[in-house]
Amino acid sequence: MEQKAHVSIEQAATIPAGAVNLRGRRRFGERMIEIIVFICGAISIFTTTAIVVVLFQEAWLFFGSPEVDLIEFFGTTRWQPETGRFGIWPLMTSTLLTSIIALMVAVPLGLGAAIYLSEYASPTARGYLKPILEVLAGVPTVVYGYFALTFVTPVILQGLLGRENVEIYNMLSAGLTMGIMILPLMASMSEDALSAVPRSLREGSYGLGATRLETSVRVVVPAALSGILAAVIVSMSRAVGETMIVALAAGAGPRFTFNPLQAAETMTGHIARISGGDISYASIQYTSIFAIALVLFFMTLLLNLLSGWVVRRFREVYE
Amino acid sequence: MTVAEISSVTTAQTNGRYAVELQNTHIYYGSFRAVKDVSLQIERQRITAFIGPSGCGKSTVLRAINRMNDLIPGSRLEGRILFHGKNIYDPDVDPVEVRRRIGMVFQKPNPFPKSIYDNIMFGPRINGWRGTKAQADELVERALRGAAIWDEVKDKLHQPGTALSGGQQQRLCIARALAVQPEVILMDEPCSALDPISTLKIEELMLELRRNYTIIIVTHNMQQASRVSDYTAFFLMDADRAGQLVEYGPTEQIFTSPNDKRTEDYISGRFG
Repeated sequence: MEQKAHVSIEQAATIPAGAVNLRGRRRFGERMIEIIVFICGAISIFTTTAIVVVLFQEAWLFFGSPEVDLIEFFGTTRWQPETGRFGIWPLMTSTLLTSIIALMVAVPLGLGAAIYLSEYASPTARGYLKPILEVLAGVPTVVYGYFALTFVTPVILQGLLGRENVEIYNMLSAGLTMGIMILPLMASMSEDALSAVPRSLREGSYGLGATRLETSVRVVVPAALSGILAAVIVSMSRAVGETMIVALAAGAGPRFTFNPLQAAETMTGHIARISGGDISYASIQYTSIFAIALVLFFMTLLLNLLSGWVVRRFREVYE
Repeated sequence: MTVAEISSVTTAQTNGRYAVELQNTHIYYGSFRAVKDVSLQIERQRITAFIGPSGCGKSTVLRAINRMNDLIPGSRLEGRILFHGKNIYDPDVDPVEVRRRIGMVFQKPNPFPKSIYDNIMFGPRINGWRGTKAQADELVERALRGAAIWDEVKDKLHQPGTALSGGQQQRLCIARALAVQPEVILMDEPCSALDPISTLKIEELMLELRRNYTIIIVTHNMQQASRVSDYTAFFLMDADRAGQLVEYGPTEQIFTSPNDKRTEDYISGRFG
């Protein structure tokens, strides 16, 4: 060993000056990949920007039209494009109501599932359950929509509450089903947050005589709070933006109501219905859906910003 | 005293002199035997050090004493570990109860992401604390004083425990363990992540705690073992990579005139 090192030192000393070439070689593959990945990134940024630009353009046409004023738009509660009434509130309230119902389903169930997977399940059980949960996330939302319309409403809701009390299209059914739909997202994100809590904290808790439940609820969940809150907010924006379920099951006409057993069209449902119908591109009704979309865009943007803030504000840093 | 001599002491004495007694303990992870046939008796209100090279099973034995290994899937123990004359691995024993009486301090300080106050009150609260606010304040002060950290934190009890320095965090963790009033405190290399001054403070604290608690400490640091402990157990990995107890006795004897050649080699720094 010593001998070898000795030899190499001598060799280094005998390399003549100027014989070492440190100039860069041309690496074509490297350069190509750089360009390709740049294009990939640029395309996604470009499309997003283009969408936002179109959204603003069309919404500008709507707000610029003499039939509309902003005070009416944000201040009144009737949306009736046929008669020139454009108050966004009925669409907003039904969107928020269905989303809140969905969260009331998805947050407790999703958090429970996450706690089970991360704290209770054996590695084998987790190995089977997590993929199943992720398959649930892959079910097309139109399937959930029909599930809401043909099962949740007639069998469960009308069965429990009586046929005369529950309209066939209603926000409760759509909200509950939407909750089931976002459950895997909520569970999966929360599970990631819980698993990221270092084992040393769990051991510290067990070492003080805490049970598994006490450790989960009092140590692990608080330590993962930022991730869990972020999961809640992402679930919320998923629910706000969800279209198919509410279009099929919540109702096909704007109505200003807080009764979840009644039908009321949400923002996304309304956009889907109008844009699918045969209306003229020049009509105010057509541009109105861009105005709704713009409001929707700001709602989800706000939720995303909120989630970023929550993660920073509540994050615990572990080595 | 050799292993054989200590083992020959009758178990009838367990309740008096010994806090914990291991009898022919084997510990497995799945099919792998990590620890082979360890028998030793831990004296009450003394500091017992477990020393030995990496992988010799000393931490595994320590963690068996409050059933911490239960948390590792596939771990299993044969033999008996007696606490108050009761085998803590009997089926009717609740590991939660064991851990409440046999506390633990870990290698890396692991305060909860809560305030200092709530870190201390965590143990009492999960054990059904019913006292008043004043009593809780008193308990927190007593635990923090017990861990010699009261003066440093008394003005910031409601700040997060994670904001303290490493040495302070470790003393907070000791205080947290004291708050549930255990009889035995297990310390798994409590100073390995700390600087020399913090280490010295923890060692002084251990000598202080010895008056009321039985302490078992795993350490890589032989000077530490010789400085603080009353008894020393030397562990070593055997040919099939299972840890075993080589020699156990008063620290002074282990460090000055060990009976086993391997102990002598290790103590004198010839390996490990």
